[in-house]
Amino acid sequence: MSLASAMTDAAALAWYRRPWLGVLSRSLAAIFGGYALASASAVVLALLPVAPSQAVLTGMMVGVLVCACAALWAFAAASAWRAWAGLVVPTLLLFAIAWLQQGAA
Amino acid sequence: MKHGFRQSMAWLHTWTGLLVGWLLLLIFMGGTASYYKQEISRWMRPELPLAAVDRDVALGSAEHYLREHAGDALSWNITLPDERAQVIEMYWMNPTPPEGASRRAAYGSATVDPRSGEEVAARDTTGGEFLYRLHFDLHYIPAIWARYIVGFCAMFMLVAIITGVITHKKIFKEFFTFRPGKGQRSWLDFHNVSAVLALPYHALITYTGIITLVFMYLPWGLSARYPSDEMRYYDESGNRIVDMREASGTPAPLLPLETLLASARRDLGGAAIENVAVNRPGDSTATVTFSAQPAALSKLAPSVMYDGVHGKLLERSPPPGGASQTYGVLYGLHMAHFADPALRLLFFVCGLLGCLMVASGAVLWAAKERPKHLKAGRIGFGLRLVDALNIGAIAGLPIAFASYFWANRLLPLGIEGRADWEANTFFLAWGAALLAAFVWPKRQMWAWQLYAGAALFGLIPLLNALTTGIHLGVTLPAGLWSLAGVDLVCLALGLCLGVAARRMQRWQPPLSAAQRRARAMAATESTHRPAPVGAGEGA
Repeated sequence: MSLASAMTDAAALAWYRRPWLGVLSRSLAAIFGGYALASASAVVLALLPVAPSQAVLTGMMVGVLVCACAALWAFAAASAWRAWAGLVVPTLLLFAIAWLQQGAA
Repeated sequence: MKHGFRQSMAWLHTWTGLLVGWLLLLIFMGGTASYYKQEISRWMRPELPLAAVDRDVALGSAEHYLREHAGDALSWNITLPDERAQVIEMYWMNPTPPEGASRRAAYGSATVDPRSGEEVAARDTTGGEFLYRLHFDLHYIPAIWARYIVGFCAMFMLVAIITGVITHKKIFKEFFTFRPGKGQRSWLDFHNVSAVLALPYHALITYTGIITLVFMYLPWGLSARYPSDEMRYYDESGNRIVDMREASGTPAPLLPLETLLASARRDLGGAAIENVAVNRPGDSTATVTFSAQPAALSKLAPSVMYDGVHGKLLERSPPPGGASQTYGVLYGLHMAHFADPALRLLFFVCGLLGCLMVASGAVLWAAKERPKHLKAGRIGFGLRLVDALNIGAIAGLPIAFASYFWANRLLPLGIEGRADWEANTFFLAWGAALLAAFVWPKRQMWAWQLYAGAALFGLIPLLNALTTGIHLGVTLPAGLWSLAGVDLVCLALGLCLGVAARRMQRWQPPLSAAQRRARAMAATESTHRPAPVGAGEGA
C-alpha cells in the first residue's frame, strides 16, 4: 500500500516536473501576470497627484514597457514558482497603493 | 528556465517570434505600404485630374458642397487636401436620426474633388485606405477584435525584439558578418543583418504602434482617474478645444469659411491649416475651429475657434502637458506624417527590412529544425506546418498585394460593391497561395510562388500603361513622382522577388563539414601524393 502511494507520489512529482508544464505555467504568467502588473502600474501612475490626463497617459506609456519586461522576467526566473511570485507580489502591492491613493483622493 | 539567462532569452525569442510571425508579416507589409497610402489612393483613382490644388479653393468647394448637401447638419468636419492628397475628405452629423436608425445613419460623408466641388468621379475603390486598415483592423472581422489581436502580436514582437538583442552578445560584430551560401548560418546572418541594421526602427515602430491604440489595451488608469466622464480625458490629453455651447434655435448666416481661414492662418502664426470643424452651421451660436497641420514630429497641433457668425476669436487650444507632448511625438513617429520624400523612402525601406527580418526569422526556425527531421527520416507535422505557412505568407503575401492592384485595374467599373471585390481579390489570391503551400510545401513551391509574385508586381507598370493614361510614359516626363513612384516601386519589388525566386530554384543544399573535408581530401589525393603524417612537424 505504502509502496503504491510512494509510486503515485513519484509519478505525480515527475508529472509536475514535465518541462512543458513549466513552459505553460511561465507563458500564462507572462501573458496574464504581465498584463496584471502592467495594469496595476498604469493605475498607480494614473492616480499620481498631477494633471489627470498627463498622469493617465504616463501610466499607459510606462505600462506597455512594464508588460514587456514582465514577460522577460517570467522566462528568466529560476523556476516557474518564482516567476509567478515575482509578478503577483508586486501586482498586489501596486493595487494596494492604488487603493490607498483612491482613499486619499 | 533552460540553463542561464541568455539561453532562456534565446528560447523566448524563438517562440514569441515564430508564433505570431505570419500575422506580423501581414501587419508589417500593410504598414510599410501605408507610408504611401495617399500615393496609392491617387494611383488607384486614375480618373482624377493631375494638377495640384490650392487649399483656399478647396475650402470654398467643401463649403459649397456642404451647404448644398448637408445644410441642416449639426456639424461639419473638413480635412483639406495637401501635397500628397488631392481630395477633400468630409463628414457631417445629421440632425437627430429617426427612431431605430443605426448609429451609422447619424453621419454622412463624402470625398470631394476640390476643382469640381462634386464627389470624386473615380472608380469605386478603397485605395491605400484598405492597406492602412489591414495594418490594424485586418478584414472581415470586427475592428475591435482585430485591434486586440494586432496589439497582442505587437506585444509578442516587442518581447521578441528585446530578447533578440539580449541573445546577441556580439551584436555589433555580428552586424558585419554575412556568410552567404551556407544554409542555416546564412539565414541566421541574414536575420541578424535585417534586424540589426534597422533595429532602432523596429523597436520604435513596434512600441509606438502599441502606443497608438494603448487606450484600448490599458484603459484601467483612465477609468480609475475619470470614473464618470472618459470623453473629458480625450479632450484634455488631446488638447482639444471643447465647445459646450447649446444651439439657440435662432438662424443666422454662417460667415464664408474663406474669410475665417485667413484669420486662422494669422492667429496660428502662419501655419498650414489641415482641418476645419463647424458646429451648428446656420445657427446663431455657430463656431468654426481650425486645426493646424502638425509641423514637427508630434502629431499634436494647435487649433483656434471662432464665432461662426461674427468672426470673433473665441478660444485657443491650451498648451500641451509633458506626457501629451511625449505621446504626440511617439504617435507622430509611428505615422511619419512629418517625413519629406527622402525620409519617407527611408521609413519605407526600413519597413521592408522589417518584413525581411520577420520572414527570415521564420525561415531560420525551419532551417534549424530540418536536420533533426531528416535524421529521423520523415518531416514531422510541426515542420510541415511551418513550411507551409512560411511559403503561404512570405511568398504568398506579395501575390496578394499585387493582385489587389491588378483588381483595381481589371475589375469592371460598373459592378456592384466593386471596392469590396478589390479587397476580396486580395484574400482570394492569398487563400490560393496558402492552400497551394499546404498541399505541397516544397522548395519548388517557394520558387513558383515567388515567380508569381515577381510577375504580378513586375508587370504592373505594363498593366497600368494598357489600362490607364497615367502610365510611366506620361508621369515620368511630367515629373509626377508620386504616381510614377508607385509603378517604379512595383517594378523594383517584382525584380527583387524574381531574383529571390531564381535563387530558390537553383539552390543546392550546402555540404556538411564532413562532406566538404571528404571532397577536399579526394581532390588532394588525385593531384598530390599524400605527405606522410607528421612530416612537416619539428622542422
